[in-house]
Amino acid sequence: MTTITEAPRAQFRLSMLLYDTRYRSGTIQIIALFGFVLMAGWLISNTMNNLAALGKPIDFGFFAEPASYDINQRLLDYNSRDTHLRAAFIGLLNTLVVAVLGCITATVLGVLIGVLRLSKNWLVARLMTIYVELFRNVPVLLWIVFTMAILIESLPQPRDFIGDAPTAFMGLFNSIAATNQGTWLPEVLFSRSLGNLHLFGEARLRFDVSLDLVAILVALGIGIFGARIVSRRAERIQSETGVRPKTGIINFLIIALPVLVVLVALGFYLDGPHLTTRKLKPIEGGTLIRNSLIALWLALSLYTAAFIAEIVRAGIMAISHGQTEAAAALGIRPGRIMRLVILPQALRVIIPPLISNYLNLTKNSSLAIAVGYMDITGTLGGITLNQTGRELECILLLMLVYLSISLSISAVMNWYNESVKLRER
Amino acid sequence: MSNTHADTVAFVRDTMLPQQEPPPSSVGAVGWARANLFSGWFNTILTFVSILVIGFVLYEILSWVFSPTWNAGSLRECREILSAGGEATRGACWGVIRERWIQLLFGFYPADLYWRPILAFILLGVALAPVLFADKVPSQLIWFSAIYPFLFPWLLWGGTIWGPLSALAGFVIGYFVFKALSEVTSTLIGIIAAVVAALLWWLVLSGYVVDALNSILPIGIQAVESRNFGGFMLSITIGVVAIACSLPLGIVLALGRQSDLMIVKYICVGFIEFVRGVPLITLLFVASVLLNLFLPPGTTFDIILRVLIMVTLFASAYMAEVIRGGLAALPKGQYEGADSLGLNYWQAQRLVIMPQALKISIPGIVSTFIGVFKDTTLVSIIGLLDPLGLSNAIRADSNWNGVVWELYGFIAAMFFIFCFSMSRYSMYLERKLRTGHR
Repeated sequence: MTTITEAPRAQFRLSMLLYDTRYRSGTIQIIALFGFVLMAGWLISNTMNNLAALGKPIDFGFFAEPASYDINQRLLDYNSRDTHLRAAFIGLLNTLVVAVLGCITATVLGVLIGVLRLSKNWLVARLMTIYVELFRNVPVLLWIVFTMAILIESLPQPRDFIGDAPTAFMGLFNSIAATNQGTWLPEVLFSRSLGNLHLFGEARLRFDVSLDLVAILVALGIGIFGARIVSRRAERIQSETGVRPKTGIINFLIIALPVLVVLVALGFYLDGPHLTTRKLKPIEGGTLIRNSLIALWLALSLYTAAFIAEIVRAGIMAISHGQTEAAAALGIRPGRIMRLVILPQALRVIIPPLISNYLNLTKNSSLAIAVGYMDITGTLGGITLNQTGRELECILLLMLVYLSISLSISAVMNWYNESVKLRER
Repeated sequence: MSNTHADTVAFVRDTMLPQQEPPPSSVGAVGWARANLFSGWFNTILTFVSILVIGFVLYEILSWVFSPTWNAGSLRECREILSAGGEATRGACWGVIRERWIQLLFGFYPADLYWRPILAFILLGVALAPVLFADKVPSQLIWFSAIYPFLFPWLLWGGTIWGPLSALAGFVIGYFVFKALSEVTSTLIGIIAAVVAALLWWLVLSGYVVDALNSILPIGIQAVESRNFGGFMLSITIGVVAIACSLPLGIVLALGRQSDLMIVKYICVGFIEFVRGVPLITLLFVASVLLNLFLPPGTTFDIILRVLIMVTLFASAYMAEVIRGGLAALPKGQYEGADSLGLNYWQAQRLVIMPQALKISIPGIVSTFIGVFKDTTLVSIIGLLDPLGLSNAIRADSNWNGVVWELYGFIAAMFFIFCFSMSRYSMYLERKLRTGHR
């Protein structure tokens, strides 16, 4: 009597590569890889041939050449003799400035509108619905150029502020001048400034760090650190005795005082824009925020706020009403129900799409090129590209920059998702 | 013995009181207003502020909209009309819309050929009907939908009829090769051979065949060059083509990303993450300056076609993520159920997985569609004359220098109508396809 101990081993035949499920996946993958490599190779060889025919092989040397164009809105020192690399860096900073500003305003507006959309007040809820639908259903580029056009057409010219019969006036105790070129704000100055720290010396990649700013940040950091110690002590006392000592005013003082001391020590003062009598330069002094930045910032914030409002609304609605009722049954007040019960749960739903909207806002900030704000697209992908004719290098680098911004934001999102994930057994 | 309760006390009601009306302050308009508008001091303030805002905005808009400037030929004329009418210089200048609306719709398309895009978009409605309202139109119409992708470019760009026919022939050849080979050998070989045959036809043979047929039988309509395209016609063309092509491509990418085949999976993940990580404008830069570099020397093809390719790739990456969400939301039991019935991969996808996954992802798919349609405005940055590109040209015109609200308001209203109706349609579809479960 024979027992079959193992399945009969079939001889490997070539056709099994196609018909046998054990081998077929390998076959398909190898074909896919082959096709992919073939395609990539074909594209790369075409590109090389074309570039050779045009006489411009891939070369990043142009970055060290002088850019010879001006960037009118910038955070760091820059002039037209600086290199293309520095121009791109200034552009990158500009992108980050508008992205951060936009994210903050869009969040504030979006949360407000999202909560108001859930309001019991019928009229307010309808108004907010109209806002959301209006902004979501019209392209963001249209909002950007529209805002820019409104600012240019409706604000007065700088020379309207001077002369015998000025038709425009500065607002807020003569400290703000809104014109069709931009808005002049008071400039932050220090009478006993610590000066700048020159990293990398005076080289092409120079990077100046204002020591005043560093001092203020250090003071702020110390204050926040002190406030956290006080809060932790308050928590310990609360868990021991059940009574939480009042910390609000103490914390405020601990954070505000060091900053105030540093500001006084540095001799902080604001120097507003001044009117002159010269026709060519009617306003001088102060900080000029160009309309291109204002338009881009406003339009991106208003547009993204509509999306954030929907996310906030969905997040709050996702928490079952039983949670509110249970908290109320425990005797918690409505304000604390929102803060201690609803929001912590809603945030788990809200944050991931919120961050992906921040990402969208950052990517949409590349539309700055339509209003002439010099962000990374305007410098590296705009004027540098046109001046040097290095399309391939510029666009590849531009994509790389955006890709690394996106991937870092995604990494933050994944980290957050991991840390708030419900711990299930 | 009458010691019941009724006998011992003076009066006892032995019938129910008739039901009374609720107090007038809690029903009808007054009750509604009390509950929804004036339920507390804060809500009352909010209501009054909202009424003020609405009143102000309506007053401003209405007094601006009704302005007798329809026939003005320039902004200066508008201002003259307005100041002659006794009003201030406020008020819309509708002359710009009267003069340019046709341009905002069709760009520089030859005026005597306007019937062609109009016909193409009407037929688009007919071709979409079997897809959008499957239960309300005869099902034979789906054949027209299958031919339409070849009719659409021919109507818009014109030229010889043999071009679209030969493109169609490529699909037919591929299908027959697949049919013939998959019966003799395996499906995989059939698919590969079909793709190779179709590519061979399109890239190598079809050019000669089209030339030959065209010299024998020159049937065609007047050709229109791409640079004459513009306005909403261009936006809708790009939007429709990108939407139609990105859905199948997105499904393939999503399946690739969910696949067990490691290499296929990483290729798909890489593509999706790359495209989603960069702004569309950089891809459009690629379309306008780089795409010709990637192709064999001497290849030049149309800028609209290049833009179409990049917008389609862009949309398909987003679509893939939306569909992947649908695939992930499907209970594992559905996959196992399909496996236990003995369905192979493609059968399971076609009959069990995709119908449910696509249904789950309808809201996401439609919002991707809306996003793509809105993003078509970006082509104005690389110099195509979509409505925004045209608006720049109009505002640069000395007659209309300074026009803002009328022009952008008109364009925004058009976009709003398209996008808003798409989102309403998705709500209708969601309701129609909701088959239970919750």
